[in-house]
Amino acid sequence: MAKIHVSTTINGDAVEFLCEPEETLLDVLRDGLGLTGSKEGCSSGDCGACSVLLDGRLVCACLVMGAELGGCEVETIEAMAHGDVLHPLQSKFIEHAALQCGVCTPGILVAAKALLDKNPDPSETEVRYWLAGNLCRCTGYDKIVRAVLDAAADMRGS
Amino acid sequence: MNDMRYEAPDTIDGAVALLAGGRGEVRALAGGTDLLVQLRAEMIAPELVVDLKRIPELRSIAAEDGGFRVGAAVSGAELGEHPGVKALWPGVVEAVELIGSTQIQGRASLGGNLCNASPAADSVPAMIAARAVARVAGPAGTREVPVEEIAIGPGKTSLAKGEIVVSVLLPARPARSGDAYLRFIPRTEMDIAVVGAGVSLTLDESGVCSAARVALGAVAALAMLVPEAAAALVGTTLDEAALERLAAAASGACRPIDDKRGTKEYRIKVAGVLARRAALIAAERAGRS
Ligand SMILES: Cc1cc2nc3c(=O)[nH]c(=O)nc-3n(C[C@H](O)[C@H](O)[C@H](O)COP(=O)(O)OP(=O)(O)OC[C@H]3O[C@@H](n4cnc5c(N)ncnc54)[C@H](O)[C@@H]3O)c2cc1C
Ligand code: FES
Ligand code: FES
Repeated sequence: MAKIHVSTTINGDAVEFLCEPEETLLDVLRDGLGLTGSKEGCSSGDCGACSVLLDGRLVCACLVMGAELGGCEVETIEAMAHGDVLHPLQSKFIEHAALQCGVCTPGILVAAKALLDKNPDPSETEVRYWLAGNLCRCTGYDKIVRAVLDAAADMRGS
Repeated sequence: MNDMRYEAPDTIDGAVALLAGGRGEVRALAGGTDLLVQLRAEMIAPELVVDLKRIPELRSIAAEDGGFRVGAAVSGAELGEHPGVKALWPGVVEAVELIGSTQIQGRASLGGNLCNASPAADSVPAMIAARAVARVAGPAGTREVPVEEIAIGPGKTSLAKGEIVVSVLLPARPARSGDAYLRFIPRTEMDIAVVGAGVSLTLDESGVCSAARVALGAVAALAMLVPEAAAALVGTTLDEAALERLAAAASGACRPIDDKRGTKEYRIKVAGVLARRAALIAAERAGRS
């Protein structure tokens, strides 16, 4: 079977790759392009560890086919820090110890950033609902929610 | 699965021709939130997947005759951001918004929810209550199909080979109308409905219910319209006796299964409770004082 040739934009860079029809966006990122920040937890849309933005929408990379990406824009966790300068969410996750093993963290950061871009002043309930598709087996969520709320406050300059 | 092909046509005719011409199992692809899970689990092994998301008619929402035509591949997130649809059919929009997480909402479509034909699909009872009509395109042309006639059993649809749902028309409605959808799940998010109930109704100037439609999900092999439940509301002010009759009719229509999420008896009971609560929300949205 011929591989599919795809031209897309990832984290602002034009990228071309070849993929099999059964490869997901997550496979393409991790195995094809070496962007291993997005994690594979379940491969069934349940855990959110693979969260990325696709044309500005938060999606599970494990539920997108690589072949679908022609002409699309993908943003991954790798675009979050600028060099050594962390995004406020990343700093707050460290400050609040909002991670232990870290497998859920990239997905949660990408999802939380998508929330704050849309709603800079979310309530705790809004944060919890928005992140309901991001599972964490370590922290018990509380520190994650605190870190997101604190980062939001910081980013609003209050 | 090794020799699966992927195509992304940009016209309805292109998609129909590809799907009709496929030799083996063929599948349309919208948001992929059911399809990719089924591929991964090897529940399906299509020879051809036809991505519908590059077809403009499947991606747009347009006003039509006082209602809205929603493209079958429009995502839940896109639908939820449309103020017009939300104002006219809040119950349908709230049902779609219950599907999965934020991530799932970024992709999951009305057409996919309908064509996946799960008895527990959240948007389907709400669409049935709304008298929504699917526009189906296929090799033999286009036909208009009430949404309740798309699923014919768990995972099975009435669509012939090569047919796709292009859009769903959420029709115009009289003044003083409202709709609502409620589901019961064991958790607050990210679960499959134990029962879903959609109600759409219209009140006359004196607050008497002049028309109603009640539909239930997850309590039988198909989401279904329950005319007896609607009849219990018509001609009443949704007084206690009418609500009791509504709940009894809704419970009486259930033919549920037992599973880990709920027993038969439980589902039957909850169906009545949810139908009643959804009717009260719909009436409030219709302007009941
Ligand atoms: C984590 C998770 C949580 C979920 N939670 C819920 C939930 O709470 N409630 C709920 O109801 N569902 C839920 N789902 C199921 C799924 O997200 C929905 O059914 C969704 O609406 C499917 O839409 P889609 O666009 O992703 O469909 P796809 O996966 O693209 O398609 C689904 C099926 O329909 C067919 N199809 C799609 N579009 C068309 C068309 N236009 N014409 C003909 N055939 C078509 C496909 O061939 C496929 O068989 C969940 C799924 C996941 C992974
Ligand atoms: S790996 Fe994609 S949601 Fe779990
Ligand atoms: S830190 Fe381990 S899963 Fe969240």
